[in-house]
Amino acid sequence: MDMIVCVKRVPETTEAELTIAEGGRSIKEERLVFDINEWDNYAVEEAILLKEKFGGSVIIIMVGSEAANETLRHCLAKGADSAVRLSDEAFNGSDGYAIARILREVIKDMKFDLLLTGVQSSDNGYGQIGVMLASMLKVPHATLVTSIEIKDKVAKVTRELEGGEGEALEIKLPAVLSIQTGINEPRYASIRGIRDAMKKEIKVLGLSDTGLSARDVGEAGSKTRIEELFIPEVGEVAEMLTGTVEEASGKLAEILKSKGLLG
Amino acid sequence: MLTKGKELAGATSAELDVVLLGKTVGDFTKLLSAYANRVLVVEDKKLKNFNSSTYLEVLLPLITEHTPGLILIGHTGFGMDLAPRLAIELDMPLITDCTDLTIEDGNLFATREMYGGKINAKVSFCKSQGYIATVRQGIFSPEEGTLKGEVVSVAFPLTEEIEEKKFLEYVEAAVGDVDITQADTVVAIGRGIKEEKNIPLINEFAETVGGVVAGSRPVIDSGWLPKERQVGQSGKTVKPKLYFAIGISGSFQHVSGMRSAGLVVAINKDAGAPIFSVADYGIVGDLFKVIPTLKDKVKETKS
Repeated sequence: MDMIVCVKRVPETTEAELTIAEGGRSIKEERLVFDINEWDNYAVEEAILLKEKFGGSVIIIMVGSEAANETLRHCLAKGADSAVRLSDEAFNGSDGYAIARILREVIKDMKFDLLLTGVQSSDNGYGQIGVMLASMLKVPHATLVTSIEIKDKVAKVTRELEGGEGEALEIKLPAVLSIQTGINEPRYASIRGIRDAMKKEIKVLGLSDTGLSARDVGEAGSKTRIEELFIPEVGEVAEMLTGTVEEASGKLAEILKSKGLLG
Repeated sequence: MLTKGKELAGATSAELDVVLLGKTVGDFTKLLSAYANRVLVVEDKKLKNFNSSTYLEVLLPLITEHTPGLILIGHTGFGMDLAPRLAIELDMPLITDCTDLTIEDGNLFATREMYGGKINAKVSFCKSQGYIATVRQGIFSPEEGTLKGEVVSVAFPLTEEIEEKKFLEYVEAAVGDVDITQADTVVAIGRGIKEEKNIPLINEFAETVGGVVAGSRPVIDSGWLPKERQVGQSGKTVKPKLYFAIGISGSFQHVSGMRSAGLVVAINKDAGAPIFSVADYGIVGDLFKVIPTLKDKVKETKS
């Protein structure tokens, strides 16, 4: 099983206060902590699990700046074999379509059985790169994948639908699967893995290494454009119970009792 | 989505067509015809279950023939599997998971969430003969259909089987020992619980308030609670009298599973967490301090 996993490095924003940067089209990133996109972390784990079961190789690919090497080293430490980082000033401002196009340029000459991506990224949340890549590479795909079984050259996968339901389907390899969170338990890198990762290759490619021109990438090569970011208007907000923890908890307990909600 | 489609069609003096694929669609066409100028129906036994490969083969010639200016698809498990491929095959711009679509000076704009709902973005489409948008579920208020669209039957274009991808079966939702949809009080925990070893704290609190323990997606993904305890779009929809959201930021996906709860209490250390705009009462604080104290206060108040 030869596998490729496309990953992205994203800011951790669940508990951070976000502010919009000058120009209004991006957020201020200086004080944010970056890590691998959560969905991609599950995709990397799934590829490594499949490699452990069937042998083969795992190559990690991403579009990202030098700071993203840390993320790639981490994937290598967990058991991926090599990594490719696509980096060029010209790539800045690429939308999902342009990113898929850049990734395709590298992947089109590689042999693979499975190409894995996360379902979506936690920053943009488009959820489109995997399917776009599959279309560009002319291979079948499945999104929202929650389990994978491989038999011969066919993958039996389950996909998540709404309300806790799912569907099972068979898909011929090579294929692109976009991986849903919860499919496995992503491992931590071992000390030995981290040491081994130092010896593994991170190949860095720029625009001139792809068959694309500056017109094909960045904002020029995108089909959509973020015009403006804004903090969502908060409608009616909860009544905040203030004071010390003791006081706030006391008030809440009284309210719940007065409404007959404490049984 | 139909209501929004009608509005956008009206604003651009266009017509709204609805495409319906299935094995036998029956009376559903009648219902749809109230919402569209035309209902294009493709029926075939190969369309019994969703398969994005089959759907694509049906939709591509249909779209090429009708040249719509805008294609709307639900941002669902099916729509997410289909739309990006359509966009590449048709060479059209795609914006996914839109929460609004507007026309300003003749140009189409989409609004969508980023960073888990903490930021909204206004996004434009680059000039094209047609655009594709996937639309968030349940985001537009539906209006009564007043049109009397014509139902047009379209021939199924495929003769051969699709070999690359085959539907096998539906997988039913997991059933567990506790049905969280039946509980009067639900104590739901999220990412803020941090570690599995903190779950007993919540179990004790739930016992004190007479509730069942549920969780948001990250807790289920981590395996700390079984799948049938998940509240949200990909889990269960609950309507308890009392709902505690503890360490839950309140993503759209989660909120869609608890929006109809009676009284909602949110406890979160991030004062900016979206859950506070859903809750009736909120406490900003560290759940590991608030929950033990609240448990004691509830015990005192009850006795």
